Amino acid sequence: MSGGETELLQWARGPGFVLAIAVFVFGVVLRLFEILGLGRQADLSEAREKKRGSGWQTILSRSFNFSVFNPHTALNYIVGYVFHLGLFACILLLIPHIELIRGVLGFGWPGLPTPLVDAIAVVTLLAMLVKLVDRVTSPVKRLLSTWGDYLAWLLTFLPLLSGYLAYHHLLWPYPTMLALHILSAELLLALLPFTRLMHAFTLFFARWYNGEIFSRKGVAS
Amino acid sequence: MSRAQIEKAHQAFREVMDAPTASFFSSCVHCGLCAEACLFYTETGDPRYTPIHKLKPLRRFWEQEFTLLGRLKKRLGLSRPVTDDELVEWRELVYNACSLCGRCSMVCPVGNDITGMIRKMREGMVASGNAPEGLIGATTRAVTIGSPMGVKLPALQAQARHVEKSTGLSVPFDREGAEYMMLMSSMEIINYPEYLEAVARIFEQAGKSWTISSEAFEATNSGIQIGSSDIARELVSRVVGAAEKLKVKTVISPECGHAYTAIRWEGPNLIGRAYPFKVKHILEVLDEFRASGLLQTEGMEKARMTFHDPCQLVRRGGVIEQPRKLLGMVAENFVEMEDHGTMNWCCGAGGGVSANEEAEALRLKAFQRKKSQLDALQVDTLVTACANCRIQLEEGLEKNHMAIPVVGLTEMLAEHLVEQGEEGSGE
Amino acid sequence: MADEKTLEQRLRQQGISRRGFMKFCAATASMLALPQSAVPAIAEALGKAKRPSVIWLSFQECTGCTESLTRAHLPTIESLIFDAISLDYHHTLQAAAGQAAEQAREQAMKQFHGSYLVAVDGSVPMKDGGLYSTIAGVSNLEMLRETVEGAAAVIAIGTCASYGGLPHASPNPTGAVSVEELMASGEIETRPLINVPGCPPIPVVISGVLAHYLTFGAIPELDQLKRPKSFYGDSIHDRCYRRTFYDQGKFAETFDDEGARNGWCLYKLGCKGPTTHNACATTKWNGGVSFPIESGHGCLGCSEPDFWDAGGFYQVLSEPTSPLGGAAVGAAAVGAAAGAAVAWQNLKKRDEAREAHEELTVDELEKHS
Repeated sequence: MSGGETELLQWARGPGFVLAIAVFVFGVVLRLFEILGLGRQADLSEAREKKRGSGWQTILSRSFNFSVFNPHTALNYIVGYVFHLGLFACILLLIPHIELIRGVLGFGWPGLPTPLVDAIAVVTLLAMLVKLVDRVTSPVKRLLSTWGDYLAWLLTFLPLLSGYLAYHHLLWPYPTMLALHILSAELLLALLPFTRLMHAFTLFFARWYNGEIFSRKGVAS
Repeated sequence: MSRAQIEKAHQAFREVMDAPTASFFSSCVHCGLCAEACLFYTETGDPRYTPIHKLKPLRRFWEQEFTLLGRLKKRLGLSRPVTDDELVEWRELVYNACSLCGRCSMVCPVGNDITGMIRKMREGMVASGNAPEGLIGATTRAVTIGSPMGVKLPALQAQARHVEKSTGLSVPFDREGAEYMMLMSSMEIINYPEYLEAVARIFEQAGKSWTISSEAFEATNSGIQIGSSDIARELVSRVVGAAEKLKVKTVISPECGHAYTAIRWEGPNLIGRAYPFKVKHILEVLDEFRASGLLQTEGMEKARMTFHDPCQLVRRGGVIEQPRKLLGMVAENFVEMEDHGTMNWCCGAGGGVSANEEAEALRLKAFQRKKSQLDALQVDTLVTACANCRIQLEEGLEKNHMAIPVVGLTEMLAEHLVEQGEEGSGE
Repeated sequence: MADEKTLEQRLRQQGISRRGFMKFCAATASMLALPQSAVPAIAEALGKAKRPSVIWLSFQECTGCTESLTRAHLPTIESLIFDAISLDYHHTLQAAAGQAAEQAREQAMKQFHGSYLVAVDGSVPMKDGGLYSTIAGVSNLEMLRETVEGAAAVIAIGTCASYGGLPHASPNPTGAVSVEELMASGEIETRPLINVPGCPPIPVVISGVLAHYLTFGAIPELDQLKRPKSFYGDSIHDRCYRRTFYDQGKFAETFDDEGARNGWCLYKLGCKGPTTHNACATTKWNGGVSFPIESGHGCLGCSEPDFWDAGGFYQVLSEPTSPLGGAAVGAAAVGAAAGAAVAWQNLKKRDEAREAHEELTVDELEKHS
């Protein structure tokens, strides 16, 4: 049917995006309320005079905490960083994405040359594959992992993969790949608050609480 | 187990829910790094000992009861309820394979305080009858007799008289208005009587008044270890009541790890109010004496030695530099283990593990971590400041045929006290 | 009217040498991305072509496609094509008018039944019985239905005929549809169809498609939107001479800033090059003089369906096309309400548990040991 795939693309760029953002905002706000609404009881013990560290400090320092360093964790730390930084670069430093954000928020920032982001995407995809293999083969991760972990992986992998395929005009015609890319990103947005991916928001609270719990005792965590 | 029992666990889990716990559970991405920090995992390779895995039932409960999606899942039959069988299975993970050492909380990339959550999960475990027998016994004795090891006042008084005889100093009981009230752990009373003597002599030199309450001398809080705030509260209240009655300024927690956690950090929250007195660990007090010149020592230990950081004192308690400063007074050949201070490795016996016979084999396996630390360092003496650590270290060293003496820090300091000249009776 | 002379004979008459004719065939071959070995086949076929009848139906259109076709950059070649086909019906170009024009159409349909080509420009209105566009009192739909019946093939020229075009743009008051839609819904007979979209299409694209049909008697290879791949296979973005600037991240931010003067990429000014398939970047317009991007304006995407409704011409391609603000605020409000309700329930549950707390005593403990 003439225009079938264009209709898909137009829907993704228009109503699809609105729907995804709406579900995303709804979900994040709901989850934050339901998590933080439980509150924290005041600690009646006497805090140390010299507190050392703080919740805010832990928010930053935990990103640079490599205190458990052995060959296996080294792989995790390094690949974990490569994946996260690569993902952020692909999302936030690609010009079309920045223009999208500018269209939504009203401001943007400079981006990287597109072929460079393309290379980063490849590295990020590889890092994700390494992480998947690790999750399936490492005894600890295999025991811990639930279908939710694999879903989170898939939701993150698809936009990267489809973006790469679209850019290189692989698999299906470009308008179709672009539509799939946008739809996969919208799926990621919509489902994020209801999956493990919510850690993107809650980790700040978790780290803050951790820092506060330890710092009043005089330990910088 | 009956329906009523599991319901008790559920109620207890509900009571302990708070925003930090919800944040922690929401943030965990199953990365498994916590396992690498936990000596029960590293020394056995058993993935079930992964710290966050020990919390699986609690996590599921939180999701089912406190999140919208979780409730929907439960209603649709997509999330099974937390059952008796599951908690029975989890007893080993929550009690045998965790010493509440806190190392996992320090490394989790998203910042989870896993240790704090294990403490909370134990509330449900103990309420539903899923605590280990050994701990139940210790706790019962603690409440009914006054000591988890069954030590009664006469035994302590006998030890006090022995100290008085050998030092010529007095060990004052129930002295109202004394500056410091001393607590003692049963482990010290039974195994390390040198501690009481050391304390008497140091306080004499420092010229500080102190006392022991005959109504509440036990420092060990089995309630914390078994995970019952009710029982922990009962035990702490005895100490608080005695301290208020005797109108002391400071209560001293002795060389015991969880005692410090109980009285210093959990206590006010258990009884619902701040104390009218201060709480300090004996090392904090000794370091204050050192800083104000009240602690006079002479001579140095020549042996190559290191300090084992008791987890509840250092990482979970914040008393980090004091042992080092004190050791600096008397040890000229002090070296640190590679992971020391707030990233030290647990001895393996904290958190009630030592009172739990079921956990014996695992506890000794966990000691292998300390062994490898010591093997790497090649020391002649091991110093520590917790009687429970001390017993575990001694047992572990013996079983591994390592001839390294373990010494309490207070005891070591007392050995180097400058002699006062005339013997007088202390205040 | 079609006559019996072959094209080659007519050319001789007009004084076009064989050499000139062969040059045209070579140019056509290269435009269709055919190898040089195809040139003799093109020459032979065209040379023998006996000017098939072409009936050009103009419906809801602006006549831009006809204007484009007649903007011959090589008048000799374009008029060659017109001499190579017999354009038996065309509102703008035919001399006849009124009844005479309709009779010419009907006669061509009868005489060349089964072999004539139908070219359509403009969309077909369907609303209210199709009364929004009629010719001689006959609705477009009716005329198309009638004419397509005896056609060998149909060429939809321009975006309106290919996809519905401007009339089809929201809110589509006339119920405009494309030729393909009418075939798909069974309103008209299905015949081999080529879509030649563009608003308007490039002149040589139109002539190239006709040349292919005349040469091979068959439809060229088409993409999924029935467009000839040889002209519509690449996107503008992929053949654009400014692509290197896109990749480097050098963009014009306004129409007269330094970037614009330096000829940088027009993506941020709304260029739809990445999602538009056409030959503009290679074949260009006005005899290869220029094309919109080269003249400093972003591509409108005019050879793609619904380009009128695909966000504004100056809206960046990756920007969302629907307004977001209200939905986001509304969603936040609903989320907050739901969240507050859940939080309230959570607190109630916890507080009730705390209130119902039964003190754990050693007697209880003893029971379980």
